[in-house]
Amino acid sequence: MSALLEVEKLEVTFGGRTAAVRGASFTVERGETHCLVGESGCGKSVTALSVMDLLARGAERRAGRLAFEGQDLRGLSDSAMARLRGNEMAMIFQEPMTSLNPAYTVGSQMTEGLRRHKKVSQREATDRAVDLLGRVGITAPGLRLGQFPHQLSGGLRQRVMIAMALMCEPKLLIADEPTTALDVTVQAQILRLLATLQRDLGLGLLLITHDLGIVARIATRVSVMYAGEVVESAATADLFANPRHPYTQGLLRCVPVPGKTRRDEPLGSIPGTVPRIGPGFEGCAFRDRCSFADETCARAIPRHSAGSTHDFLCRLPA
Amino acid sequence: MSAAIEVKGVRKTFRVKGGLMGKDRHVVACDDVSFSVAEGGVLGVVGESGCGKSTLARLILGLLEPDSGEITVEGQRVLAMDRKARARLIQPVFQDPFASLNPMARISDIVAMPLVAQGTFGRAEIAAKVEEMLERVGLSKEQGTRLPAELSGGQRQRVAIARALVLRPRIVVCDEPTSALDVSVQAQILNLLAELRREFNLTYLFISHNLAVVEHVASDVAVMYLGRFVERQPTETLFAKPEHPYTQALLASVLTPQPGLGVPDVGLGDTLPDPANIPPGCRFHPRCPIAEPRCSVETPPLKPRPGGGVECLLVP
Repeated sequence: MSALLEVEKLEVTFGGRTAAVRGASFTVERGETHCLVGESGCGKSVTALSVMDLLARGAERRAGRLAFEGQDLRGLSDSAMARLRGNEMAMIFQEPMTSLNPAYTVGSQMTEGLRRHKKVSQREATDRAVDLLGRVGITAPGLRLGQFPHQLSGGLRQRVMIAMALMCEPKLLIADEPTTALDVTVQAQILRLLATLQRDLGLGLLLITHDLGIVARIATRVSVMYAGEVVESAATADLFANPRHPYTQGLLRCVPVPGKTRRDEPLGSIPGTVPRIGPGFEGCAFRDRCSFADETCARAIPRHSAGSTHDFLCRLPA
Repeated sequence: MSAAIEVKGVRKTFRVKGGLMGKDRHVVACDDVSFSVAEGGVLGVVGESGCGKSTLARLILGLLEPDSGEITVEGQRVLAMDRKARARLIQPVFQDPFASLNPMARISDIVAMPLVAQGTFGRAEIAAKVEEMLERVGLSKEQGTRLPAELSGGQRQRVAIARALVLRPRIVVCDEPTSALDVSVQAQILNLLAELRREFNLTYLFISHNLAVVEHVASDVAVMYLGRFVERQPTETLFAKPEHPYTQALLASVLTPQPGLGVPDVGLGDTLPDPANIPPGCRFHPRCPIAEPRCSVETPPLKPRPGGGVECLLVP
């Protein structure tokens, strides 16, 4: 059986000037949580949007392979993609206030997608909405259905978004920074909920985040992105125990960990900033910030294997 | 050691208009807050959004007037000082370097502004001080000629720090200074703030929702909940032995990059705090996992600890 989502050599450019994603490859298996992690501008959100075919106008998407359950998404018509989107594959976003429609009640937004994709009555759709709201930990779900998004707190809105994404029983859920706008206590609650749902429903979850703490706690597999490339990919425990790419190593040293990093001692940091990369860029994009860099880093970089499920993009030997 | 910041019984409420038919509501942002920060210390203030941490920052900066209570910095009442004197003593660094820098002004002019506003420095002196400060925070002279939009987020935060320090104040109030930044840049800025504090012997009030960051920079930590400090302890004590159930929940929700631990159950339930409707008794009781009946009636007294205290009925 083919993997749930296969992405190979994904390229996204904007107007021929900016190369946002450069040859990213990864797969999401059924029932696993795959995290795309990286800093702002690394192309992780663009990658997610291009899987859903939701890229802004002016963006160009190419891929060696882009398949959902073995079905090629590249040549799919708009209407065929619309039948998949929100149905078989669903997405939740960072800011639930801007992705919920302020003019409609929670109930009408939640049932709309289900009624569109599946032949069900409003009554059945409402029952399912009540059921799912309860499932995501919302008390008095019947009451919430009649409310508008502005009447809910940030945590409740994100729960509504999650419930809404699950209405059509998707096989793949893409979550783009789902807890970044939330307080830490609410973040922990929402992530716990996502992890439980993922396990109970056997979802494939593609989680996009900048937070290595979230990655460590929730991911099965991790792909680290930098300047549009997947620079390292590994099973979670392996990546944290044995990071191979200098960028991954640097990133892990930057995170203060209570009890581990000594107070008042400098944190590890990565000098400089992420470069702007145009099409036709050669060599390693991290070389200007890397302490191991030499002149060979300006040439094509090999992908090394560090075990059966661990690879990284660096000239340094495995 | 004398106190750099002294806050006594400060209360601040805001009136929120209730709309066409609704009644006005009073939001309590700071409710009888008292503390002091020693010279050269770093007090970290943590809490969820809406707990009053930014209001506290604005009160200490003299940007807001408290309803009651008194705030002194370096022994002088904040509101009794004129703006110029205050600017020489205490300066802010805000969260969003995109919003807090004038987009139409050159970087060197932004950093020069506090000096110009004093009206006592000559042009050559200002130029020299600005160049020195820019260099100190890691910006080149050439970058001083640019506009904020031409710099990255981390560079902009360096500009904000340079502007805050160019008058050589004694105290810097940092309100979520790294929250808008990527982790690799956050580390650069935290390291810079730590170096500058040692070099200029500064006192920081450091506000953040990120407990791992606070643990790294602060000498003492105050946990704020609905306008009150519910626990305050030296950093090591607070992280090793948090006493207040809210502090414990906050610490439990820190997701350290350690695989295999899963996502913790913080046990707080769904009722979110509403600063316009503060619960009677202990204000945390509706969310507290160990609350007893008396917690909804009795107001918890401050139980003193070395270098702080805890406000919970259930701790000894």
